[in-house]
Amino acid sequence: MVRVVVDVMPKPEILDPQGKAVSGALVRLGFAGVADVRQGKRFELELEADEGDGLSADRLAEVEQMAATLLSNPVIEDYRVRVEQGADA
Amino acid sequence: MRVGVVTFPGSLDDVDAQRAATIAGHDVVPLWHGDATLSGVDAVILPGGFSYGDYLRCGAISRFSPVMGPLVDAATDGMPVLGICNGFQVLCESHLLPGALVRNDHQRFVCRDQRLEIRNAATPWTASYEPGQQVVVPLKNGEGSYVADTATLDALENEGRVVATYVGPNPNGSLRAIAGITNTAGNVVGLMPHPEHAVEDLCGPGTDGLGFFTSLTALAAAL
Repeated sequence: MVRVVVDVMPKPEILDPQGKAVSGALVRLGFAGVADVRQGKRFELELEADEGDGLSADRLAEVEQMAATLLSNPVIEDYRVRVEQGADA
Repeated sequence: MRVGVVTFPGSLDDVDAQRAATIAGHDVVPLWHGDATLSGVDAVILPGGFSYGDYLRCGAISRFSPVMGPLVDAATDGMPVLGICNGFQVLCESHLLPGALVRNDHQRFVCRDQRLEIRNAATPWTASYEPGQQVVVPLKNGEGSYVADTATLDALENEGRVVATYVGPNPNGSLRAIAGITNTAGNVVGLMPHPEHAVEDLCGPGTDGLGFFTSLTALAAAL
């Protein structure tokens, strides 16, 4: 199996009230030097490997499509897809 | 007219929407999210609630439910579609309307009687009103802050596609105080407040919301 991680973050120009609330709470707890917090989502996809132990370019493109279609809303969020090495065989 | 009201798992206001459409004189056809048919209705309402538990993003999963296939086709062909609250979120996720709805800027759920200004009284859902008319209907949302990029916001305003705006303090951080918008063709309307909760004197802040449901026939009569 190959683990692919999709990170979804609110676009920089979109107000992130949750991140703001977390940031405020950290400051109240006494953690110094927290300038800003943004909260996003992390998806871990376990995918069957192609021949060898990796993912073909087509499969990876498919994950991009998953991220753009369902996992994120491109109007308000950016996403990043990366293959995590060392996933269980 | 025959008005379909879609029930998704987690819809809350479908029965109120059905009741509002009935009071407005329509024949109501309940539609189920899992059926890929609109049963020959003339118009569709996507009601408020928390479809699919608001998992992932509000409306993100409902958007791919079987009923949405024929609905997107019909909306593209000009059928009147009204999305209220969660329905508005579904319409944005479906790309039938531009922009998105995100968490209220103050992080709290808001529930109040809200004054709106009707900005576009030419849609099949607002033809019973006068442009500039103010109405009071309930507003209740956690993720009702309308956002879009500046170009989209400018286009919405310049093309008269802002259907309603909030009057007074902005209740949820919506950009340009937008409470509702319509698509380019003017048949698809998304609205964050709840007119279906203001159609009878017995409960709610009055009957200001009824116009959204009588507009279908008002427009048909005017043609």
